[in-house]
Amino acid sequence: MKKKRSIVVLYEIILIAITVIMALPLFLAITISFQRPEAVFSYPPKFFPTSFHWKNYVEAFQYVPLARLFLNSLIVASMITLGKLITGTLAGFAFSHFNFKGKRIMFALLFATLFLPAETVMILPLFLIMKSFGWVNTYWALTVPFMASATNTFLMRQHFLTIPRELQDAALIDGASYIQYFWKILIPLSKHMLAGASIINFVYAWNMYLWPLIVTMQDEMKTVQIGVKMLMQAESANNWGVIMAGTVVALIPTVTMFLALQNLFVKSLVRSGMKG
Amino acid sequence: MKKVLPYLLLIPTFIVISLFIYWPAIYSLRLSFYRISPLGNRMVFVGLKNFKRLFENPEYLYSIRITLVYVLASLILTIFLAFFIALLLNMNLPGSRIYRALIFTPYAISPAIAGVLWSFLLNPVVGHVNYILSKLFGLQVEWLTTKPYALIAVIIATVWKTLPFDIIFYLAGLQDIPQELIEASMVEGASAWTRTWRIVFPLLSPITFYLIIMNLVSFMFSSFAIIDVTTKGGPGNFTTTMIYRLYLDAFAFQKTGPAAAQSVVLFVIMAVVTVFYFKFGERRVHYQ
Repeated sequence: MKKKRSIVVLYEIILIAITVIMALPLFLAITISFQRPEAVFSYPPKFFPTSFHWKNYVEAFQYVPLARLFLNSLIVASMITLGKLITGTLAGFAFSHFNFKGKRIMFALLFATLFLPAETVMILPLFLIMKSFGWVNTYWALTVPFMASATNTFLMRQHFLTIPRELQDAALIDGASYIQYFWKILIPLSKHMLAGASIINFVYAWNMYLWPLIVTMQDEMKTVQIGVKMLMQAESANNWGVIMAGTVVALIPTVTMFLALQNLFVKSLVRSGMKG
Repeated sequence: MKKVLPYLLLIPTFIVISLFIYWPAIYSLRLSFYRISPLGNRMVFVGLKNFKRLFENPEYLYSIRITLVYVLASLILTIFLAFFIALLLNMNLPGSRIYRALIFTPYAISPAIAGVLWSFLLNPVVGHVNYILSKLFGLQVEWLTTKPYALIAVIIATVWKTLPFDIIFYLAGLQDIPQELIEASMVEGASAWTRTWRIVFPLLSPITFYLIIMNLVSFMFSSFAIIDVTTKGGPGNFTTTMIYRLYLDAFAFQKTGPAAAQSVVLFVIMAVVTVFYFKFGERRVHYQ
């Protein structure tokens, strides 16, 4: 069937308009972050960069301990990602390769947590528990509670189920233990899955807000997400150039990762949402 | 070995979820039955009084109402816009790959940063939105500080942040439908609209169901970051949603008992959502 030309042109225009609206906030953040203070307040507002005022970045790092916050976010997001991969692959292996007493109950118990996001629903009791552990203001509180998740377990389980059973039988006959089979055969066969899961988990952890806000009181334990809010409240109140510089720093890791690995990302996301 | 191994493999996961999900849930339930002094050193059992007070408290009732409005408005907008944009992207018009990459980027941006970006764009003095509005319609809006615009601002930031997630899922779903069917329903003149909604949209209803549940959960909770950055729950209590109310009562006002009761309410809402999801989404969730 031939598409009508005028309609195609119309669709194209609509699509471009949508793309501009979706990308504009990010584009302007980068533009403003290099703008001189006078230029930010000029009227009409500028849509394109007029200067390369990198001093905004220097100031952003002075107003708040941005370097430390960035490092904290890096540590926290990496630890959570690693933790989730370890617990998720182990539990996924158990659920996909073994039959054992209580399997159904344990599976249901895990499934129920899907809808109890600890970093939100449970903030108050979780905070009190952290206090009793003496974990407030530590990396422990920022990472350990999130080191296991139903999503990761199910994702790995589904993937392990697609690997032919004969491989396991052959390995066992050859004298390998279950652990050797897991480590030497299953994990190497799951590289893509693990890579995809890593990015999803990293972005999720990097973007956490409410929990880090509550569980860290000292500035040097906070994360970049909180740093951006601190910048907005700092003396630079209306100095949007500096605020945007901090914002750009905070989103560089996840956005570049996303743009570079978009296909892998999208595939894993869809797979984790539609198990099966 | 084969007998013990699966349990050993599950230990790490179960330590984490029992310590940091199940225990807090039970603890929260227990706390909700007590009146607790701000320092936490004295506890008096008050039964269901915290809940009774909660549902008599106009501030709390208001937060339920505003949550409903916010969640429903964001949900409807996000679902329909995402479906529409996915249809367009799926037509593989020239440049689609680039549009797709750019349209997806907000997925990687955090709710807090979405709040910062929209605070700027909607800023009455330096923001670009008011500039465009005043050029086109002569409008000047105090977005973040007046009713009802503060809520609209929060919804705009939320929809913008959530759209990519939904588009990704709709695109994946559309790719499973024969391309001719979509093109026929999209391009062919007058009946295109009805066919899109009568054929394509119903075909994707399992995805829509999944997205509604996921968006609902995310709007209930991650709205916190967007609201905290843009409006701080204001003006007045105007954009104080349930999660923001809980945060204020628990951490700003130290009302531990009532805040625990609020946790339990959220917890019950989530339980209802979970049961609903199991009951109606079961066919799509392959477990056991």
